[in-house]
Amino acid sequence: MRSPKFSWFNVVSTVFLLGVVVITLYPFLHMLAVSLSSDVNVIKNNISFWPKGFNVNMYELVLGDPKIWTAYKNTLIYTVLGTLISLVVTSTGAYALSRRDMALRGTFTLLIVITMFFSGGMIPTFLVVRSLDMVDTVWGMVLPGAVSTWNLILMRTFFSGIPKELEESGRIDGLNDIGIFMRIIVPLSKASFATIALFYAVGMWNNFIYPLLYLRTPDLFPLQVLLRNLVLAGSASSGDVTGIGGDNQVVEESLKYATIMVSTLPILTVYPFVQKYFVKGAMIGAVKG
Amino acid sequence: MAQPSAVQDNLRKELKNPYRRKGRRLRTWHHNKALWLLFLPCLLYYLIFRYAPMFGLVITFKDYNLFKGIWASDWVGLKYYRMFLENPDFWPLMKNTLLLGLYKLVFGFPAPIILAILLNEVRKATFKKFVQTVSYLPHFISNVIVASMVIMFLSPTGGLINNLLGTFGIGPINFMNEPGLFRGIYVLSEIWQHIGWETIIYLAALTAIDPQLYEAADMDGASRMRKIWHVTLPGISPAIVITLILNIGKVLEIGFEKVFLMQNPAIYDTADIISTYVYRVGMEQGNFSYGASIDLFMGIISLIFIYSANYISRRVSETSLW
Repeated sequence: MRSPKFSWFNVVSTVFLLGVVVITLYPFLHMLAVSLSSDVNVIKNNISFWPKGFNVNMYELVLGDPKIWTAYKNTLIYTVLGTLISLVVTSTGAYALSRRDMALRGTFTLLIVITMFFSGGMIPTFLVVRSLDMVDTVWGMVLPGAVSTWNLILMRTFFSGIPKELEESGRIDGLNDIGIFMRIIVPLSKASFATIALFYAVGMWNNFIYPLLYLRTPDLFPLQVLLRNLVLAGSASSGDVTGIGGDNQVVEESLKYATIMVSTLPILTVYPFVQKYFVKGAMIGAVKG
Repeated sequence: MAQPSAVQDNLRKELKNPYRRKGRRLRTWHHNKALWLLFLPCLLYYLIFRYAPMFGLVITFKDYNLFKGIWASDWVGLKYYRMFLENPDFWPLMKNTLLLGLYKLVFGFPAPIILAILLNEVRKATFKKFVQTVSYLPHFISNVIVASMVIMFLSPTGGLINNLLGTFGIGPINFMNEPGLFRGIYVLSEIWQHIGWETIIYLAALTAIDPQLYEAADMDGASRMRKIWHVTLPGISPAIVITLILNIGKVLEIGFEKVFLMQNPAIYDTADIISTYVYRVGMEQGNFSYGASIDLFMGIISLIFIYSANYISRRVSETSLW
């Protein structure tokens, strides 16, 4: 006898969805397990998702390396400064564009939308950044990508949803447009500011192409570039003194995984708490885009 | 896009009234100066970092010389475009870019739609939320990390995948040195990274479907699959079409970062695409004019792609971007 609720559709779809969960999470668990296991077990390749011969040696090695800390510091500076600048420029611009009574609003909007479909490309942009003397400076990291058109349109949509009556009451109390923005719109839109700030912060944290193009001095490199040099370009291996661990004999794999975990941990730990803001932002973008 | 606002309409009416015409510009300025001031940083950003590079594209018709600067460099007409078209690398690069983009479109595009529909059918809210939360995660991991993970998991010495294959007596396979495998690996990793996040647009569209349609289908005795086919899919088809148009426009603009990070000279045969080539000849070898010409050439083809996709879609499905 089949129970009334049984259906093959449910079985297949549940298995499929659980499969998605496993495929997404397993790589992270595996990396964590390998990085926490003893060398012998790593070399024997018998680690799945549970550490064997638990130890934190690799993390001591990674965290004991000053290069990681410099890169962390740089990434933090770029992320904080970049997010602040982006947020200010995007929110003021989006507010102006959300006001139906702004003259030339249509022209400005068109100007902005065109850039979604056509751009000067990598090289002319580089030449502009260089001619502004921003190569190898913090500004080259935070200004060229200060506004994302997508986020700008998202914020404009947020602001358009605020009732006009609130602005009018502000005007009666003697506020000008800037006052209305600062005292009425900003306090009312904390959630949307948080969402957009998160989008920018993640973008900046993960950014690889700007440092690749605009930075030359290793002391300015953010985490992503260091990570690429250590993990992908392989300078962590074969006792290379530029790699982490100096010329100690270490198992390259666990060292690399530990480095990856150290640089990803901030996102992995913050993610469950901020995830709903991302989704809310993306939802609004998807519905009204 | 340029829709006249209410104020512009009013101004137009004022224009026709000779008594109110005087001082119109002044009044517009006065009325708008605070808003324009707010908009100024944004405008400057777009002019400097988005539009100046577009005008900088003039270097594609010049022999850009570092010391002379853009304007004093000599004109060379279409030299660099001809150079690219006559380059023996042209067709392989074009083919690699197109095929990689096409594979991603064919396999990557339906994936989030399927996931969204399955998620929509889940009755248990907590399970649905759990799957969603997990599947969004890789979208927030940097390309450097994803590329590192792919390369390390596929490593012939101790990589996760090769260990697994080893237990079945296969391998070890040197995945990242096989030109024939690159496209598959890239597309799979793209799906892994973005499938969850891309469901959001479809899940948003799904919430807009009228529940009465499902009830009506129930009354007619429709099965789960039939309801998906006749109610769910038509309900999200506008979202599907819009995303499809945007994706077709992006076929040639595959993310530079990840391909760049995943490729190595051993697999250039399939893994070298236009944007990585532009970086190599333009940025690494300093041939700015040549690199920028290739970029512009591809940009124009992309525009043609998206314009055609939009045109066809407007004709066929009455859904379009503009």
